Parts: sequence; structure tokens; C-alpha cells
Amino acid sequence: MNLTLANSLSLAAPEMLLLLATSVVLVVDLFLSDRQRHLTYLLSIASLAATAVLVAGLPEGRHVGFNGMFVVDGVARFIKLIACGTVAAVFLYSRDYLIQRGLFRGEYFVLALFATLGLFVMVSAGSLLTMYMGIEVLALSQYALVAFDRDSPVAAESAMKYFVLGAIASGALLYGISILYGVTGTFDLAALAERVNAGAGSNIGLLFGLAFVLAGIAFKFGAVPFHMWIPDVYHGAPTSVTMFLSAAPKLAYFALTLRVLAEGLGGAVGAWQDMLIVLSVLSIGVGNVVAVAQTNLKRMLAYSTISNVGFILLGLIAGTQFGYRAALFYTVTYVLMALGSFAMIILMSRKGFEADRIEDFRGLAQSNPWFAWMMLFLMVSTAGVPPFVGFFSKLYVIQAVLDVGLSWLAIVAVLFSVVGAFYYLRIVKVMFFEPAAGEITVTAGPALKFLLSLNALAVLVLGLFNSSLVETIARAMP
Amino acid sequence: MNFPLLSFLTWLPVVGGVLVMLVGDSRASLARWLALGVALAVFVATIPLYTGFDTTTFALQFAERMPWVPGLHSDYHLGVDGISLPLILLTAFSTVLVIIAGWTVIEKRPSQYFAAFLIMEGLMIGVFSAADALLFYVFWEAMLIPMFLIIGIWGGTRRIYATIKFFLYTFLGSVLMLVALVYMYLKAGSYDLATLYALPLTHNEQMLIFLAFFAAFAVKVPMVPVHTWLPDAHVEAPTGGSVILAAIMLKMGGYGFLRFSLPITPDASHSLDMLVIGLSLVAVVYIGLVALVQQDMKKLIAYSSIAHMGFVTLGCFVGYEIVASTGHFDGVTLALTGAMVQMISHGLIAGAMFLCVGVLYDRLHTREISAYGGVINTMPIFGAFMVLFAMANAGLPGTSGFVGEFLVILASFKASFWFAFVAATTLILGAAYTLWMVKRVVFGAVANEGVASLKDLNGREALVLGVLAVAVLALGLYPKPLTDVMEPTLRHLAQLMSVSKL
Repeated sequence: MNLTLANSLSLAAPEMLLLLATSVVLVVDLFLSDRQRHLTYLLSIASLAATAVLVAGLPEGRHVGFNGMFVVDGVARFIKLIACGTVAAVFLYSRDYLIQRGLFRGEYFVLALFATLGLFVMVSAGSLLTMYMGIEVLALSQYALVAFDRDSPVAAESAMKYFVLGAIASGALLYGISILYGVTGTFDLAALAERVNAGAGSNIGLLFGLAFVLAGIAFKFGAVPFHMWIPDVYHGAPTSVTMFLSAAPKLAYFALTLRVLAEGLGGAVGAWQDMLIVLSVLSIGVGNVVAVAQTNLKRMLAYSTISNVGFILLGLIAGTQFGYRAALFYTVTYVLMALGSFAMIILMSRKGFEADRIEDFRGLAQSNPWFAWMMLFLMVSTAGVPPFVGFFSKLYVIQAVLDVGLSWLAIVAVLFSVVGAFYYLRIVKVMFFEPAAGEITVTAGPALKFLLSLNALAVLVLGLFNSSLVETIARAMP
Repeated sequence: MNFPLLSFLTWLPVVGGVLVMLVGDSRASLARWLALGVALAVFVATIPLYTGFDTTTFALQFAERMPWVPGLHSDYHLGVDGISLPLILLTAFSTVLVIIAGWTVIEKRPSQYFAAFLIMEGLMIGVFSAADALLFYVFWEAMLIPMFLIIGIWGGTRRIYATIKFFLYTFLGSVLMLVALVYMYLKAGSYDLATLYALPLTHNEQMLIFLAFFAAFAVKVPMVPVHTWLPDAHVEAPTGGSVILAAIMLKMGGYGFLRFSLPITPDASHSLDMLVIGLSLVAVVYIGLVALVQQDMKKLIAYSSIAHMGFVTLGCFVGYEIVASTGHFDGVTLALTGAMVQMISHGLIAGAMFLCVGVLYDRLHTREISAYGGVINTMPIFGAFMVLFAMANAGLPGTSGFVGEFLVILASFKASFWFAFVAATTLILGAAYTLWMVKRVVFGAVANEGVASLKDLNGREALVLGVLAVAVLALGLYPKPLTDVMEPTLRHLAQLMSVSKL
């Protein structure tokens, strides 16, 4: 149903607040001296908290505003809440890191908040145009974030790569959208769904457009063969930015894929299912195999991201409600584990020492057993070993594909996860089995340590008791 | 509601292990005593499990059930029957011995060492008492992590290679089992084992599910040709790790066959029984010959373990051939009983053999057979124990090693003379490789200065080996308490095996 303008505006209240708050942060930051910079930091976190409160206050059920451009439903509310938490956690984790490197500047927070705004818009996109707008707000903020450490040539290089490749992907996406518009005469996802169900689903033009849209999305998501930018960008960007890139946007891209494929083009499931299968198998395969060869932890985690994206796609491939829920569960838990893993790198690093090589973790179990165990939890969970939550997220997506009779796909996925186990175990090996190369000093503050411990323990606790998360997701996606 | 004894047995060691770790290496002595206290408490707590066990029924006892993952219809469902009870007892028993055996020997991060064994004990008891397939799988896989650390941290020179090989081999087998479990869940709508037992499956489905299970369990047993991780893991693992590996972890494979493969896929088990029987006989003969030429004591015992586990798998699957040749079921229960007794007995004997090697290794830091000779001259008490366990390993009547092998051979006879004939070569091969090793290590003249300087067992070592010796003899002379516990369950299992699901 369509609402009046006032009602539409009230649906978008969190976005408007976030925009307003971000602008305030931007202006206030201009008048602060470096010593007062922590005010920017606190204001940013407060903005996220206030936004989260507004999101929580959104009405239950599905509401469409702005003539179908903007959708608020269970998934949108859930993902926006998780995103607020994720970005706030990224801020908390990054604080010390940024201060130590002289990067504790307002731009970081403002850009990250703008990215969050883009993410919000994507999640609520009811039309292809809103979606594209959200993607671009998110992407442009991300390009700038990667280049944010302007004295670092590596960061500048990876930002350039990211920008050029990202622009091509945006072009492909826009081209695909224009074809979809040409075939169906609408940008609106609900209307698109009607046309597809009415028979446009077999239109060759529509499939052509779909392929371009999917390529664009796959690029943003980081699925093979559109993954080339991920390792370089993850490696080149400051760790706090990499952490942001690996966590929050994944939620948005998941929601986006769900909106376009399940809601808009659900009638053409046969057409996109095969394409997703190719993307997924390639991602799981290439991601896991190439990760084995990495010596840089950030690059390894980049390839691990690629393989995890493949697993998220597995849930979408099924094209069933259970599959979508499984994919959302996977995304949320993956974000949790990615946050923790990058936080470990931040924890280990100090000025002049990035701690991003695998060997930097040598002998951690002797010098700092507690965090060695936390890292073990995170790694083993990402590898998919029970009782950690990473096992259950894999279990759900595998069940989803088995449910639609794609047994071979499930077998391929689990076999590659054995390959994956090898490189996660290598981190455990380095920490527990090898003597320390030198003195390991952890300079991180108590807040980071506490949050990281909480994060890693959540991976265990959510594994043992995941029914509440499952139920929340089921309520969000009825 | 009754006292949740099985949950207590599962979680007390896990919680205890975490506490031991928190005590830390700076207070190592406290950590040791705490670990021993927890292990003893668990062992004592298994006594009511045995005394309260009703030996007249095959039903699950001490059952506990509550919803765990409602979305997957998976329950936290524990229970014991005649198959799992002896294995739980063996687990609790072995862990106490392992902790005593590692008392002063482990100098590197002792609190984590004891913690790892305690946590593993809890997880292993969980595996044996889980009556829900998903819960079983969670325990089954979680167990890999402490073992991975035990071999990797406290192992020998090639420990990293060995432990990663161990992990990946078993993980590879297990994930295929997971796919099979999920597949069955989608058909049955529940992970409950009883539901899966009753689930009708076509022959084709059964074959694929059987092979997936086979991948998991054959690696764990291990069967030829996927046994190559075991010699590496055993050789590199610390003594305690080898003991637990041999005594309990290998049994998980056999347990899996009894708990999953036979009752869930009876028709496929029937169709593929010759595959398993063939591989078992290959293990008995070929691996026996391989054991004969080993230079390293631990490797020799590792290969001997593979050969002995061949009897377990033979006993599990020979039943189908017995029915085929005799037409009735009597022999099936006999074969299954043999397999079970062999598992328990091998747990004791292999554990004892590894402890014996550990005793020598702690003194001279080598496991090479050629580095020893004439140990009996300097270590008479140890020599006596070693000879006793070697005899048991070779299947001497009066020791537990004889009972299991004899029952399986007897049952095989009902199936085919040739099965029994080939299986019985173990009596020659087993005697050859074990006794030849004992001859070279224990007897003869004192070989070198190292041996001449050896000190005999201290009280702690004598206690551990003494307790094991009593157990081996007791089970060998009077196995009835053990077989009584198992009988109704195995009789029921024989029935499940023979009822077609098609």
C-alpha cells in the first residue's frame, strides 16, 4: 500500500536522522582541535545509537513509502539494527589503531557514517533506482575510506584499483538496470515481479539485463570471477578500514541481492539460479584454494571472505524461504567472525607494526594465551567446526541446497571447506605450536580487549545456543 | 526429574578443564591435582551408571531430553545402552590413567595439557551418549580441536605435519557424513536416532549414505587404505595423546558402524559387506606384516592397532555372511559381541603398550627398537608388565586380547572357513611382531650404557600399569559382566541389521 508523504517520511526517519547526525558530526569536527577529536568519535557512536533506537521503533510488518521506492520490512529492520551495531563495533575497535597512526580524524567517522547511510538506503530499496543510489553512496564512501591514509602508497594504489573496477561494475549494473527497464517499463521491484510472473521471465532481453545486474552485484559482493579487487583492497587499506569493508557492506549486499533476485525477479528463479551456482562454486573453490597460498593474514582473510560469499550465495541459490533465512544467518554470523578476526590484527598491531603477516602471530599462545584462544575460536568457527556458530551457518545453507535436490553442490561445498580448514588451522598452528619470534607486546586498551573477548565468546555461545538468533531471523523473514 | 548423570559426566570434565586452564602454569601443581580430582570424580560418577544399568533391555537408559535447536528439530538427547556404556567407562578410566601418567613428565604448559585431556574426555563421553545425530556430530567434530592441540603442542619433531594430517583426514571423512545426516533429516524431519532407524530409504539412497558414513568411520577406525594418518599421529603424539587416540578415538569408528551404518543402512551394509570384510582382512594380514618390519616401537604398536581394529570391523559386518551361510541369527550377536569386546580390550592393551613405550621414552628419549636391549636386567618390574601386555596384544588366552579375537574368529567360522582362516593368521602375525619387539627390547644382554643406567618404574608408573594389568586379566578371565551389559543391545542391533528398509 502507498502512504502519504508524512507517513513515508516517518518510515525513513532513521535515514534522515543518520544524515542529519552525520552532517552535524562533519561540521562539529571542523571546529575541534586534535586533542578534542574524541568528541567526534563519541558523537558518531551516539548517532548510530540514536539511529538504532529509531530503527527499533519502526512499525512492525511491511510498509512501502515514497510510491514504492522505499520499503521497510522485517529484513530491513533487522539488518539495519545489526548494521548499526557492526559499525559502532568497528569504531570501537578502530579507535586505538587510528590514534596510534595519526589517522584519528573526523573524515574516517564521517565517511563511515555516510557509507552506513548508503547501506541503509540499499537495504530499504523498493526500486532499482533507490538501490543504485544506495550502492553509490556506499561505494563512494568506501573508495575514499580506502584512500584515507593518504601517505600510504599501498592504500592509494588499492583505492585507485577499487575505484576503477568499482566504476566498471557500477556501469554494468546500471546498464543491466536500463535493460530491465526497457523490457518491463518499470524500476519498481514489486511491479517488476508482477511483469516477470506475467510472462516476462522468459524474455531474452530480461535475462540479458539480469546477467548484467548479477555481474554488478557479484562484483560488489566479491564473488568469483568478479573478485579481483578484494585481496588488493583488503591488503592495502588500513586495517580499521578493511574491517569496515569486510563487515557492514556484506549485510547490505545480501539484502540487495535478496530484494532484486527474490522479490523482483523471483519469478525467473530458474534463470538466476544457474548463474548463482556458477558464482558460488567458483567463489568457494577459488577462495579456499588461493587462501592456502597466502602469507599475509589480511589477504588470507580476503580470500576467506570470497569463499564465505560463495556460501552465502548457496543459501540464495535454493530460492526457498529457508534458504534466504540460512543466507541471512550466514551473513550475520560471518560479519561477527570477520569483525573479530580483523580486531585480532588490530589488537596485535602497534605503531610501525601492522601484525598482518601470519608469522606475526607466532607463539601467541605462550605470551598471551587468552587472546590466542580467542583467535582459535574465531578461526575454527570460520572453518566450520562445531560447536562454534560457523558450523551452524554452514549447516543451514547446506541443508537449504540439499532441500532443493542440489546434493552435488552441497558435497562440493563441504569438500572445499576441508581445504579451507587447512589455512584456518595454520593460524592456530602458528599461534600454538611455534615459538615466538620476538617479544609480542599487546598495547591495545581495555575496551578493545573486552569487546574482542566478547566477540569471540559470542561465536562459541551462539554456536551452542543459536535458537534465539534463528527465531529472530525467522520473524524478520516470515 | 532424576539427576542428569550423563550431562554431569559430559560437562564436568569440560568445565573442569576450563578451570584447570585458568589455574595456569604458574600454579602447575594445583592444576595437576585439580585435573586429577576432576578425572577421578568423573570416574566415580560412572560407577552409578554401571550399577544402575538395567541389563535386561536394549532401551536407552539415563535418558535426558530437552529441545536444543528447535528450528532443526534437534534435541539435546542423551542416553546410554549396552554399546555406549562400556565405552564411556573406558573413557573415564583411561583419562584418569593418562593424567597420572603425565603427572611430572609434561613440563611444557602443563595446565593446558591436563585441560585438553579433560575437555576431550567430556566431548568423548558426549559422543558416546548422544542419541541425536546432530548432537553426535557436534561432539564428534569438536573433539578434533583438543586432539589437534595435544599432538601439535606436546608432540614429537614432526608433530605439525602429523596433527594437520590427522585433522584434515578426519575432517574430510566427517563432512561427508554431515551431508548424509542432513539429507536424512530432510526426509525424516528429525535428527533423533530412533527416527532415523525407522526411516525407510531406497537401496540407492542407502548406498550413498553408507558410503558417506563409511568415509567418516573408516578414517577413524582406521581401515586400509585410509589408515596412513594413524602411524604419523601416534608416533608424534605425546604418550597421553597416543593412549587416548588408541584407547578411545579409534573406537569411535567402530561405534559409528554399530550406531549408524548398520541400523540406518542395513541393506547397503548387506550389499557392501564384502568390501568391509575384505578391507578388514587386508588390515589383519597386510598391516600385520607391515608392523613386523617397523623400527619404531610406537609405529609398531600403531600398526598393530590397525590390525586389531580390523577384527572390530570384521565382527561388525561378518554377520550378513553368517546369515547367508547358516540361515539364522545366532552368530550375528556373537560377532557383534566379539567386536565390542575387542574394542574395549584393545583400548586397554594398546593404551598399556603406549604407556610402556612412554616409560622408556621418558628415560632415554628414543623409541627406536635398536636403541634398547636387555631392559629386563635394569628394569625387572617394567619388563614383567611389558611382557604381560605384549602377550595380551598377541592374544594370549587369559588376557582380554584373547576374548575378542576368539569370538570374532568363532563367528567368522560360521560365515566361511576362509574368513576365519585369514583372520586367525593374526595369532601368528600378532605374536610375531609383538613378541619379536619384546625380545629385542626387553630380553637379551644389556645393549648399551643408556639401558644400563635405566631406573625401574617409579610408584606412579607402577600404579598406572598395575591397574591396567588387573583390568586386562580380569576381562580375560571373566568377561561376563561386560558381555552381560552388551547382550540385549547387540541382540536388538542384530535384528535392526537384518530387517530390510526397502
